[in-house]
Amino acid sequence: MEMRVRLQRIFPQLLLSGVLLLLIVALSLTSEYFLSWENFRNILDQSSVHILLAIGMTFVIASGGIDLSVGNVAALSGVVMAVAMKSGTEVLPAVFLGFLTALLFGLVNGLVISYIKVNPFITTLATMSIARGAALILTGGVSIYGFSADFKFWGTGSIGPINPPILLAFIFLIVGLFLLSYTLWGKYSLALGGNGEALRRTGANVNFYQISIYCFSTLCAAAAGLIMTARLNSAAPLAGATYEMNAIAAVVLGGASMKGGKASIFGTFIGCLTLGVLRNGLTMLAVPTYYQQLFTGIIILVAIIVSELRSKAEQ
Amino acid sequence: MSVPLTQPFLEVRGVKKKYGNVEALRGIDLKAYTGEILAIVGDNGAGKSTIIKTLSGAIAPDSGEIIVAGQKYHKLKPKTALAAGISTVYQDLALVNTLDIADNIFLGREYKTKIFCLDRKRMRQEAKELLGQLKIQIPFLHAEVGDLSGGQRQSVAIARAVHQGGRLLIFDEPTAAMGVKETITILKLIKSLAQQGLGIIVISHNIEQVFQISDRICVMRQGEVVGLVKTDEVHPNDVIAMITGAVDINNRGRE
Repeated sequence: MEMRVRLQRIFPQLLLSGVLLLLIVALSLTSEYFLSWENFRNILDQSSVHILLAIGMTFVIASGGIDLSVGNVAALSGVVMAVAMKSGTEVLPAVFLGFLTALLFGLVNGLVISYIKVNPFITTLATMSIARGAALILTGGVSIYGFSADFKFWGTGSIGPINPPILLAFIFLIVGLFLLSYTLWGKYSLALGGNGEALRRTGANVNFYQISIYCFSTLCAAAAGLIMTARLNSAAPLAGATYEMNAIAAVVLGGASMKGGKASIFGTFIGCLTLGVLRNGLTMLAVPTYYQQLFTGIIILVAIIVSELRSKAEQ
Repeated sequence: MSVPLTQPFLEVRGVKKKYGNVEALRGIDLKAYTGEILAIVGDNGAGKSTIIKTLSGAIAPDSGEIIVAGQKYHKLKPKTALAAGISTVYQDLALVNTLDIADNIFLGREYKTKIFCLDRKRMRQEAKELLGQLKIQIPFLHAEVGDLSGGQRQSVAIARAVHQGGRLLIFDEPTAAMGVKETITILKLIKSLAQQGLGIIVISHNIEQVFQISDRICVMRQGEVVGLVKTDEVHPNDVIAMITGAVDINNRGRE
């Protein structure tokens, strides 16, 4: 009984791992370039931005919310860093300003959602638009490019066999894993989504937890913005559009429930890898990028339907 | 550790609450003792839930006072109610279905190892001991609460209330929507808690059940206490008559 229930609980992650393995085998058979360290490193590199956004999204979805603003906040953070550097600010303070901007968005998201009790979907849809607008205003609609080597290092440098984006993604992964599994903050993220009213009745400061979750999410977005900007040596105001969709897809694929209360960092990671391998494979098979967005949408839809059917079956 | 019945653990004096034009509570006086089960009965809209919410700190009364263990309050907050020794087992149980049993019992009162980490080992151990003490049968501690039966979930909620250090436990319709066997188990558990010296207030619609477990019955109607009787000195029909307003034993509060 105990064993069965435990297996049942990690079933979504097991299933997804199986799908990923199948995908890897299939792609290895179709393309001779697929199964190599270079390509795997490439997949990790390409996935790093999505991993960062998805880790923040894992906590948001665990708490029963959603954060649509992250893709655009990532772009805005990059733009703020770029503008700051172009006006003579050193790299570190400029990056700090980018993170501060993102934090501000998290704070607004959290405050509106917790205190005014506006639906997270509507709230972050609005701040998503604000972030994009701000990025366009700051840049005048054109990309800012050409940064110092110190800054570019965060996108294109290398650290042993890996690079800073991969390293950053792994640090956030480990931090996320630690936070969700071993801390009060992680437990309360899940409790908020599982039964927020029960948590409130214990006298816990529910608003604080909710606000900090949205702040964490946008801080992850700022890290993603740093990588995106440094990698391309360019801060594009229109970068990161629909990245929130990838993050949501990865989290739901990883076994999280859109109703909240259930989420897994490991699952999210496997979800990101699956989407990364799929993108990589589709590119290798010369499938046009337009189709990739179509596929992502279909995957989200299927994942949400499966998760919904599962939670219905459990009741 | 039976406490003499002369010293109430909880005393409610003249508590009033208005919702707009509706007078939910029109001056409630009530005493609850440790080691005793007090049942509060009444029809829908009698004010049972409102008085419970006042005691658990969910709502603030307009006037009157609440005295808990000698300490006077004009209103309680969830935290002050708990700290004063009043724990509430809500009808909806207020459990997080996606967390396991120990996580639920310790919800809001977690042990931590260092600054950041949860001491799950210690909490599981204590949860196990607590469930053993209360003779609550649970298949295994790692089970998510959502996987348990209604009675088991109720037991977990009770264990949490006991663990919160409550000296007065309030039960809101504890056996609503529960099977016969589970109802018996839960009623036994509530009785044993009173025997261990805790004060119990039970809100119930079920008159038969109220007569099975309670020592005293408080009858509420239209925001007033219309009867306060010892269970073994009254017939169920009299209580029903008081609930519906057919008779008024104490001749209180009806002008």
